[in-house]
Amino acid sequence: MSGAAPVLEVRDVHTAYGLSRVLFGVSIEVHAGECVCLLGRNGVGKTTTMRSIMGLTPPSAGRVLWKGSDITGWAPYRVARAGLGFVPEDRRIFADLTVWENLDVAVRAARGGAGGFSIERVFDLFPKLGELTGRQGGFLSGGEQQMLTIGRTLMGNPELLLLDEPSEGLAPIVVDHLRDQIARLKGDGLTILLAEQNVEFSLALADRVYVLEKGAIRFSGPAARLRADEALRHELLAL
Amino acid sequence: MPAPSFLFAQALSGLTAAMFLFLVASGLSLIFGVLRVLNFAHGSFYMVGAYLAWQIVHWFGRDPASFWWAAVGAAVGVALLGGVVERVLLRHLYGKEELYQLLFTYALVLILSDAAKVLWGTGQLSVSRPPGIAGAFRFLDTTIPYYNLFILLLGPAIALGFWLMLGRTRTGRFIRAAALDREMLGALGVNVSRLYTGVFVLGSFLAGLGGALVTPVKAIVPGMDVEIIVEAFIVVVIGGLGSFWGTFLGAVIYGQVLSFGILVFPRFSIFSVFALMAVVLIIRPWGLLGRPLKT
Ligand SMILES: Nc1ncnc2c1ncn2[C@@H]1O[C@H](COP(=O)(O)OP(=O)(O)OP(=O)(O)O)[C@@H](O)[C@H]1O
Ligand SMILES: [Mg+2]
Repeated sequence: MSGAAPVLEVRDVHTAYGLSRVLFGVSIEVHAGECVCLLGRNGVGKTTTMRSIMGLTPPSAGRVLWKGSDITGWAPYRVARAGLGFVPEDRRIFADLTVWENLDVAVRAARGGAGGFSIERVFDLFPKLGELTGRQGGFLSGGEQQMLTIGRTLMGNPELLLLDEPSEGLAPIVVDHLRDQIARLKGDGLTILLAEQNVEFSLALADRVYVLEKGAIRFSGPAARLRADEALRHELLAL
Repeated sequence: MPAPSFLFAQALSGLTAAMFLFLVASGLSLIFGVLRVLNFAHGSFYMVGAYLAWQIVHWFGRDPASFWWAAVGAAVGVALLGGVVERVLLRHLYGKEELYQLLFTYALVLILSDAAKVLWGTGQLSVSRPPGIAGAFRFLDTTIPYYNLFILLLGPAIALGFWLMLGRTRTGRFIRAAALDREMLGALGVNVSRLYTGVFVLGSFLAGLGGALVTPVKAIVPGMDVEIIVEAFIVVVIGGLGSFWGTFLGAVIYGQVLSFGILVFPRFSIFSVFALMAVVLIIRPWGLLGRPLKT
């Protein structure tokens, strides 16, 4: 992390929904190959930070830099094509499309010609999906939908995955499986920015952590520090 | 009891009318389903298609294939008009209050209707049936023009092609996904605004084609724009807005009810259609094959 420039740089971003201001100067850096976690309670602005990065809710002030170029204000499809993949917390599966069709609409060739993702590789990661290819997205369980929404974003061959609360509302055993698969993606070299309320889940994956509070960064540091210091964890996140 | 051959003739004429209605209503329904815009001017595109077809036939009248050139040319011309309207004007109204979109498309109705009067006058214009299939044949004691048979085959063929495109092609998957969640599709890297233009162009093309193909069976008159848009609205209400086969079914039912309604209420055949629509709205407000809107 030391010398190399970060791939993603969020600089002093302010974001509002209409008149309601949500982010007040958020700055984040993510380096290639890292798993960075955004922690914070309900409504502190984790999702809004990701939406600001993707251009879904463009910031009113501040900059978003991707590999050194300014992508602030780009349309989301251009941000996605530049190599960012967003997995929304509410999953947003296309309910009338089958599992296979959900994956197919997101196919995008890998940049730089590297091998990249294919439907087979998604089924290898989430074998359950492979058994359900013809089922409509609306008829999947919560866990299956979560796998599908991650798999769908992976079909676009992102270099950075923005994962918004993947563990939300899932049974513990499904959460464990999901954590292992995300760890596998990280092991394959994918850069990940993860938003979570589940501290245990995120500390198992993260290299570094940002803690958000009321739309501003309250703490940033190595995940190991939070893992080791229960008092600090308590103070920041009041479990 | 009217003679069977008469009933058969009525059914066929209702079915022929249904095919034109389907061409117009399917585009209206597609545009609403994907763009969430209720395009009042869709009937005006049909009218422009008819006038353009007349104009092209007028220019190339000596060529025996002129009608076919006119049909294709009119449909493409209307598609281009639709593309310009969407790119230059309509696109600024997405996400705004629906009232603005309604006002805009209504303004377009008025503009196109006046433009047509300036360019082509207020009299009736007509186009004769294409020479190759100008004749008729007899079947079950009924005289059937070959042109009507052509329309009766073309309508289902277009419906089938359209349906396969939506269900089996990648473009179709994009269109269905955009109808469900435009923002998500964009975040997956799809240029949804270009897709919107494509959908609007496709819908306009079908309206223009319908207008061009109707010219040999119906006179071109001012007011045909408003007449068809009202009919197309009724068709999608009956069939279910956004439901593909619902639109087809709605068109067929509309054609039949109008055609046989004449026998029951000779002077107010439109009344039977309104009665049908009222019944559908009472028992299935979302249309025969539609789905209740999620709130
Ligand atoms: N579309 C919206 N319009 C207005 N306010 C919104 C909108 N979305 C979120 N907010 C508000 O912005 C604030 C931050 O929301 P955000 O979704 O970013 O938080 P979060 O950290 O992701 O929360 P959660 O853990 O519940 O997902 C909240 O107060 C929320 O009520
Ligand atoms: Mg959130």
